[in-house]
Amino acid sequence: MAYSEKLLDHFKNPRNVGTMDKSQKNVGTGLVGAPECGDVMRLQIEVDEETGKIKDAKFKTFGCGSAIASSSLATEWLKGLSVDDALAIDNMKIVEELALPPVKIHCSVLAEDAIKGAIADYQQKNGIEVKAAEKSGH
Amino acid sequence: MNNKRQIYLDNNATTPCDPRVVDEMVPYFYEKHGNAASRNHPFGWIAEEAVDYAREQIANLINVDSKEIIFTSGATEADNLALKGVFEMYQRKGNHIITLKTEHKAVLDACKKIEKMGGEVTYLDVDSEGMVDLAALEAAITDKTILVSIMWANNETGLIQPMKKIGEICEKHGVLFMSDATQVVGKIPVDPKETGVHLMAFTAHKMYGPKGVGALYVCRKNPRVKVTAQMDGGGHERGMRSGTLNVPGIVGFGKAAEIASKEMHQDAERLSKLRDKLENALIAAMEEVYINGSKEHRMPHVSNLSFKHVEGEGLMMTFNQDIALSSGSACTSASLEPSYVLVALGLGDDLAHSSLRFSLGRFTTEEDIDYTIKAITQGVNHMRDLSPIWEMYKEGVDIDSIQWSEH
Repeated sequence: MAYSEKLLDHFKNPRNVGTMDKSQKNVGTGLVGAPECGDVMRLQIEVDEETGKIKDAKFKTFGCGSAIASSSLATEWLKGLSVDDALAIDNMKIVEELALPPVKIHCSVLAEDAIKGAIADYQQKNGIEVKAAEKSGH
Repeated sequence: MNNKRQIYLDNNATTPCDPRVVDEMVPYFYEKHGNAASRNHPFGWIAEEAVDYAREQIANLINVDSKEIIFTSGATEADNLALKGVFEMYQRKGNHIITLKTEHKAVLDACKKIEKMGGEVTYLDVDSEGMVDLAALEAAITDKTILVSIMWANNETGLIQPMKKIGEICEKHGVLFMSDATQVVGKIPVDPKETGVHLMAFTAHKMYGPKGVGALYVCRKNPRVKVTAQMDGGGHERGMRSGTLNVPGIVGFGKAAEIASKEMHQDAERLSKLRDKLENALIAAMEEVYINGSKEHRMPHVSNLSFKHVEGEGLMMTFNQDIALSSGSACTSASLEPSYVLVALGLGDDLAHSSLRFSLGRFTTEEDIDYTIKAITQGVNHMRDLSPIWEMYKEGVDIDSIQWSEH
């Protein structure tokens, strides 16, 4: 299977790898997937409490190249977005950007779930009504 | 692909042709192009002679009579012919076949077809090394059992089954014993007669011969075994497998067998040293590296390792421009299910996803192994730096206690 240059770049030089202090009130953590399925993604956001924008994003992923690239790309996109704009990130945009083959679409779904999970965690911690719509059908 | 030499450690998938094999084959594409079944002119005679000679070379390698070799298109066809052919031929005696959960798909899928045709198949569990449970095997034999089919060595782990003991059990109960010996013929000494194996499938392209040609050994004496043909036509191969013989392929198969007879001992000795070097170095360089299968009863050129908390397919992407090998993580398949062989050994799905299979071959060099040790170590470390579950493991979090989300 031939992967796109963009995907390979994110795989070899992953952006924003790391761990945030999840006990911080302005940090939201999304942990999705399962080891027995072959992928686990942890995506974290740090929200600027004054502007309501995502200041920083970090990830760590156990998984195939497509899963790692999808989460790396997601962290890049998240920085600077408002929480509402972040919620609007659709997995198909990741598919397009990285030219994921059909068997790897689930990696982008996982990344979208991780974003939504991180935001939900942040909103819960801060007493904001959780707006992240449950994505069904997977 | 770049110009750099690629390191090939996937010899259980297929081996490169030995140049001596190709040299032997070439004339049979050109001036010696006859059909071995043409009885009326020299082209046919020359082809027939070449096939007979190759049959001898192959028979010598496994110590059987050349009349007991039936040429096929490969091991998959030979497995199908043995299983379905025995099932049809011995229907009056019974309809029950016993095999293992860790068999190759060629055997498992043929067995599934046989079940649809009215057969009954028992798929035995294996122990944590992949070894058959001899007591369970014996207990599974009924008066309807006609065949036991157990692979000589496993393609994923290299585990070698206790073939002689299985042969004794089959003998005691008067049941035929068939083996998929694809991974062993030409690699280690294989003697079906001495082992009590009555049918044995193998192929040229796992022993430095060409693809597209294989064989089924069918015992002719004590007992005289017959299989019902699955391919109808000109009655070639004593009526058991019709179809014009692949003369160049068979010539190459013969030459590969002759070379293996002479060189397999030295190959095995050299490769087991390289394999051990690779395995020991990786285990010494990193934590949480596990050997899958049996260290004791194993093919000399195979190593199957799990690198905990690293996903195999992602790991392979770190070096697959330079090194070719296989992973037990079937993440590319739509099912997302890891190797059923490793799962049958009782490995958790997570460890099965973390596995790599290294299979060395005649053309593997020490430099290849040295490079591989470095590349795999770097790759695993890179992937672990990225892995949230490795981080949790290092922090002492019990990963099994986490409520993972289904997806």
